[in-house]
Amino acid sequence: MNRLIYELTESIRMALAQIRANKLRSALTALGVVIGILAVTLMGTAIRGVDIGFNNSLAMLGSDVLHVEKWPWITGDDWWMYVNRPIIKPADAVKLSRIIDATPNSELDFAVFVHGRGGVSVKAGALSINGVVVFGSTGDYGRILTADFTEGRMYTETESDAAQQVCVLGSDVAQALFPGHSSIGQTVIVKGQPFRVIGVLAKQGSFLGLFSFDDQMLMPLGAYRKYFGIRNGNPEIQVKVKDKTRIAEARDELTGDMRRVRGQVPGEPDNFTINTQDAFKEKLDPIKQGIALAGLFVTGLALFVGAIGIMNITFVSVRERTKEIGTRKALGARRITIRLQFLIEAVSICVVGGVIGLALTFLTCLGVKAAFPAFPLEFSASLIVISMLVSVATGILSGYLPAASASKLDPVVALRYE
Amino acid sequence: MTPPALAEVRPLRPAGPLVIAIENVTKLYQMGEETIHALRGVSLEIRRNEYLAVMGPSGSGKSTMMNMLGCLDTPTSGRYEFNGHDVAAMEDDELADIRNREIGFVFQTFNLLPRSDALRNVELPLIYGGVPPNERHERARKALEDVGLGERIHHKPNELSGGQRQRVAIARALVNRPSIILADEPTGNLDSKTGIEILALFEELYERGNTLIVVTHEESVARHARRIIRLHDGLIESDGPVF
Repeated sequence: MNRLIYELTESIRMALAQIRANKLRSALTALGVVIGILAVTLMGTAIRGVDIGFNNSLAMLGSDVLHVEKWPWITGDDWWMYVNRPIIKPADAVKLSRIIDATPNSELDFAVFVHGRGGVSVKAGALSINGVVVFGSTGDYGRILTADFTEGRMYTETESDAAQQVCVLGSDVAQALFPGHSSIGQTVIVKGQPFRVIGVLAKQGSFLGLFSFDDQMLMPLGAYRKYFGIRNGNPEIQVKVKDKTRIAEARDELTGDMRRVRGQVPGEPDNFTINTQDAFKEKLDPIKQGIALAGLFVTGLALFVGAIGIMNITFVSVRERTKEIGTRKALGARRITIRLQFLIEAVSICVVGGVIGLALTFLTCLGVKAAFPAFPLEFSASLIVISMLVSVATGILSGYLPAASASKLDPVVALRYE
Repeated sequence: MTPPALAEVRPLRPAGPLVIAIENVTKLYQMGEETIHALRGVSLEIRRNEYLAVMGPSGSGKSTMMNMLGCLDTPTSGRYEFNGHDVAAMEDDELADIRNREIGFVFQTFNLLPRSDALRNVELPLIYGGVPPNERHERARKALEDVGLGERIHHKPNELSGGQRQRVAIARALVNRPSIILADEPTGNLDSKTGIEILALFEELYERGNTLIVVTHEESVARHARRIIRLHDGLIESDGPVF
């Protein structure tokens, strides 16, 4: 055991001496690994970044909300199955609520009709903001929102039923229209109509980078209906469940309830879709993993090329030092000792390359984060561990053959080698 | 030449117990189609504290003999016992252990590690022998002092003269207190003056009780030994004391 430790120490010392003695050669060889590790870890940070962004976005949807819609969130060639379904109406939500209230021990809490319209411009005095997404809903929608209120409140059912012209602003909208002071009680102009601001939502970020929750504006359904209309677009009924660990049961119950609302006969396919955050995730996960695998494979090729470089240089090293191997064997080095020595040499170059590659990745992440804060790159401690393991594994894989060939050299032949 | 006078200045030490016993050893090499009989049946005994020279022209089987004695190679047939161990039947790693513990090699080209200083070079067999670092440094330093290099333990090989390099190699051969020291043309790469110094060192080692086997083609080197084995065509032509 001790012997192995002494031999290991000696091997590491020799490997470092060897790298120092052949600086240029080692540097060029390590460069392959530097590029490989850089590519793989950058890919890793990107995948992780996308993953985190994706999960954050999904969290904004709320994990305890079911979305009854005409369309599934993800459609492919099967769009024709959905196109002739009836549109979701506020009356559906009213009927659904009645059924939920009448069901003893229902898994469902309450249902809210929500209709949205994008690309709206909102003005306040001389200031205006374009591209606002306006949602019309009843006051219950406040209990579904995942964002907190920084100031003010949600409109009440009464305000909603009375179609009062009040509104709740997303943080970016409030920021743009009333910079530096409270927006509560102020008036904004939408579609030429004045709306009194009664609440402002906390900052939430964007959903998959597609649209920002902070660019939204909420108003009572009655007012929304009057100025935007609800016959087009993609209205939905959001249903809050009581226990988010029982989503599947809640979903089954909701399906039955909706079929009653729609008066569907047994055997007839559902003429609506219940979308959930989980289902969305399930559908997207394989795609995400596919992209991640493909990315890692392509960047892994760069690492593979680096590994071949290491293997090549280790073969050269074995050949150059054949006589030294003979001498070491004559002095009592066993096969494993010689093998370890060359393996450690290959691993050392890989680890040096890996550390440099990782440092470059770290700097790149810092740089990208500073320049484009929204770009999803996420450096992590596990990345350090993984890339070090990958470096060591690359070294072992690329050093294995040359080291094995060195260890099997016949000492007589090796000593005679000039 | 005056052999009696020479014998007076060169004491013959009493030989000790048997170290090497070789009986009817043969070695065949396959060179393409041709089979080469490097050794055709050699028998030999070497005792502790002998000073032996192995001589012979090239092709005589001298190198094969040396590889065999040094446990770098195993015989095709015949018996080879080293301190009672059957070397002929050993695996690579067992042979490595025998070489490490029992044999100190001195090469014509010194074979020092160029990037390690004298001390590290001498420590190498001790590393392979699993000797702890402190004891290792001490023993290596002592071995270097014994060959007169106590002042140069931190010199790299390229900072040393040929004779000094060979002294480092001899210190390396001695450091594990081996049963035999096997020197292959130890003066072959040295000028004659330095060669004589090295042979004087061998004489000293012999007098301190070491067992020396010198493989050489130079009569003048061989005559420093107490016994000469002459090989010819893979057979022992003569084996006798030096007068």
